Amino acid sequence: MMEEGADLSVTIAQIVHRLKGAHLHSQLEKQARECLHRPEIKLESLKEDVRSFLKASGWERKLQNAVYRELHILPPPGHPAAPPEHTKEPLVYMRKAQASWEKRILKSLNSMCTELGVPLARKRPVSEQKELTNKWNEMGTDEPDLSKFRPVYAPKDFLEVLISLKNPNYDCREGLTANSHWGLIQISLNVRDIPQMREAYPELSLTCSQLGIDDHAHIPPDLFESEHIRIGKKVVSEQDSAAAQQYSRQGCPTGFRAQLWALILNATNEPEDIMHYEQLKAAVIHHDLLVDNLIYKDVKLTASNDDYYFVFEDFLYQVLLCFSRDTAVLEHFSYNSATPPKSYIQGKTGAEEFTVVYPPNGVIPFHGFSMYVSPLCFLYNEPSRLYSVFREMYVRYFFRLHSISSSPSGIVSLCLQFERLLQNHLPQLFYHLQAIGAQPLRIAFKWMVRAFSGYLSTDQLLLLWDRILGYDSLEIVAVLAAAVFTFRAENLMEVTSLASAEAVLADLSTLKVMPLLQVFLFA
Amino acid sequence: MAAKVKWVTDIEKSVLLNNFEKRGWIQVTDSEDWNFYWMSIQTIRNVFSVDTGYRLSDDQMVNHFPNHYELTRKDLMIKNIKRYRKELEKESSPLAEKDENGKYIYLDFVPVTFMLPADYNLFVEEFRKSPSSTWIMKPCGKAQGKGIFLINKLSQIKKWSRDSRTSTFVAANSGKEAYVISLYIDNPLLIGGKKFDLRLYVLVTTYRPLKCYMYKLGFCRFCTVKYTPSTSELDNMFVHLTNVAIQKHGDDYNHVHGGKWTVSNLRLYLESTRGKEVTNLLFDQIHWIVVQSLKAVAIWAFPRPPLRFHFMINIHITYSPVMNNDKHCFECYGYDIIIDDKLKPWLIEVNASPSLTSSTANDRILKYNLINDTLNIVAPNGEIPDCRWNRSPPKEALGNYQVLYDEEQALSENADLRSRSGQALGSKSTRSSSVRPVPATWK
Repeated sequence: MMEEGADLSVTIAQIVHRLKGAHLHSQLEKQARECLHRPEIKLESLKEDVRSFLKASGWERKLQNAVYRELHILPPPGHPAAPPEHTKEPLVYMRKAQASWEKRILKSLNSMCTELGVPLARKRPVSEQKELTNKWNEMGTDEPDLSKFRPVYAPKDFLEVLISLKNPNYDCREGLTANSHWGLIQISLNVRDIPQMREAYPELSLTCSQLGIDDHAHIPPDLFESEHIRIGKKVVSEQDSAAAQQYSRQGCPTGFRAQLWALILNATNEPEDIMHYEQLKAAVIHHDLLVDNLIYKDVKLTASNDDYYFVFEDFLYQVLLCFSRDTAVLEHFSYNSATPPKSYIQGKTGAEEFTVVYPPNGVIPFHGFSMYVSPLCFLYNEPSRLYSVFREMYVRYFFRLHSISSSPSGIVSLCLQFERLLQNHLPQLFYHLQAIGAQPLRIAFKWMVRAFSGYLSTDQLLLLWDRILGYDSLEIVAVLAAAVFTFRAENLMEVTSLASAEAVLADLSTLKVMPLLQVFLFA
Repeated sequence: MAAKVKWVTDIEKSVLLNNFEKRGWIQVTDSEDWNFYWMSIQTIRNVFSVDTGYRLSDDQMVNHFPNHYELTRKDLMIKNIKRYRKELEKESSPLAEKDENGKYIYLDFVPVTFMLPADYNLFVEEFRKSPSSTWIMKPCGKAQGKGIFLINKLSQIKKWSRDSRTSTFVAANSGKEAYVISLYIDNPLLIGGKKFDLRLYVLVTTYRPLKCYMYKLGFCRFCTVKYTPSTSELDNMFVHLTNVAIQKHGDDYNHVHGGKWTVSNLRLYLESTRGKEVTNLLFDQIHWIVVQSLKAVAIWAFPRPPLRFHFMINIHITYSPVMNNDKHCFECYGYDIIIDDKLKPWLIEVNASPSLTSSTANDRILKYNLINDTLNIVAPNGEIPDCRWNRSPPKEALGNYQVLYDEEQALSENADLRSRSGQALGSKSTRSSSVRPVPATWK
């Protein structure tokens, strides 16, 4: 949404600054230069003719998509005097909590490093480099000894940190009042309730058709599906990011979901992207990182045992190992409350000029991290394309699921939103569960941290992620979590322990997400 | 009170036993009066052998057709399909149309195959046309991947050449040591870099009219080791064979998912990466292959000499269908299909006795439901079977099966529509009124 006046010009200047010097810029210049040879370009009307040419050949659309992408990640305008930390996270207490959490993680990583005598990074000997190059497509068959490596942290560790978050300005000792919150999150953030969600998500309403409901086998396709597919094809051929995003709100047809997501994310597969990926691959071959073992371990523990994703084990290594080395990811820390961990070159501890970001992309994987990539393997079977899309998904959405921030899509807000939605919708259920020591968030947290990957069947997960992209927000994840509890409410009312509550909610593989969401919000 | 079904089996598998028990059926031995016998293929041979002269009564059903091996033995399946194609060609059926390279357009669904040692010379001729090709040798009478190996040099199969003096095999007719050799599909579709094949279950309740049902919950079996067409890996059976019996012993075998994917996962993956239309086409082609392979043994064949050739006596020329459509029989086949990287499906083999062993929890559930749905169709309402049953199960009774081809229904619809080309009922129209032609080009 564009503000008027000065803010607008600031935004434009920022975007121009970011796009200047980017590959697209040089491509546009090249196109403009080359089109001068064309007969329809006349000297008298040079400017207009070149512009029309760029429009007709689709280059203007590409620029539009790039601008649109920048708008997505542009942080909200702040006070000119505000320090850069404010862009990362405006609330001081959150910044502090995130910093101390990071300290803990880094400490854990360093101690593992010392304990095992494994360096954080090591150059591979030539023979090892050769071997890895040969084995690049089948790293899954490797059986490195991972028994001594432990994940740096698991979602439940992170949950404890979130539960202990306190706003120093908020006195929550008031005792039980009408506004009391029965849940685990003790801070107050502005999260949307059901009426507000209805307003923000009108395309999910009962009167609106969508995929995941109105494409059921028993419903004749003429009612919605055929037309929706026809429009989808048009969107893809127009290559319009904004249109694709809007379209995605009603679900993407399986046949061109891959193109639509790439379009929404403006994740291209140009030669420069492929080259970038190859460079990352070369970096993997040259150096071995400690975090590589964490990645191996995570994949072996999660995706390799998953009914849907075990097939893609090798792709996961190819994506995640490269991801760890991609310094382009560091950019996103300007709007992420997290800060990349720094380490010192051996022997130079304390010397500022010898700090390196570790891992190179600043992201330390945790238990379940590979599940962010797994569902994408169903859509993209070229490694560089898969990589491109995953990286963009990460720097737009997934990073918010494991960093402490006040963002409405941040995990803290999602937890709070989930608790509030459930508490207001089914107070009896909520009360019952917390009374038996089965706080709902303790069960729902692991779903939300992974955006439900690995818990829903893949076709349903993809429908959910359609809406994350369509609405550019992770809120739908919190809503779904509440909807799942609501769906199994009857059984949950009967349970008498956390373990039995977990059992009732252990298997989500048969759930159909769109009807659940629709009923929860609109029925 | 209705009499309870008395059942016998010589296959001690829990998915079977649990299903019989849940219906309250009574277990008996085969020397007693029985209604339902789920037998292994060794037993069916005895039941229907000419010598024992077993006569089944109206209230008895068995789970195999007497000469199922016409479809389920590798060499006979090939023989029958080749014969079927030639017959269609003779009649100038549009189904047998060939392209400019001489390949069947609609019926080219088995890889080039020869019988050894009988067709050794023909094989050599073919081999020499593309000397860098790989071929797969399979013993005719074995299952679960036993005895299979790959070759890429003629020297590797010298002992099957007809003139070979070192050959120790028994005469081809007895089928004991016969092999088939097929062109190895070296460009299989890979997912996640891994090779896989498809296992589909098909129930046949009668061959004439042909009524067959496809189980919706088939699965893909992935090789645990990365696929590589390199010649050094020819001996590594973990790379090439997808039989679970073999994969189970590989280092990477996982007991949670068993290296298996549901067909719906495959569909989702293909639709997402290749598009919906080509995926639908692929599955249509798979259904087509199954129906055609069943037709190949179901239809009236041209004269076949009886098994024993009588010298100097009138040779009885009988029109005999290949498959004995005994009314006491039904059969649940396991179809093995490989998809190549051009999304073309190939029929590898048909199993009469698909494994009922469960390698994972999901597997057990699937096989249990498979038997359950099968029994619901062939023994409706769990009642004493009547071999004259109408074989028209209501839609609700199908469970996870879907009708693949119902010839009776297709014929009656044809008659209603007053077939344009004025085809007479009978063998000819059963061929041309197939339900699942390759789209767009079918007239």
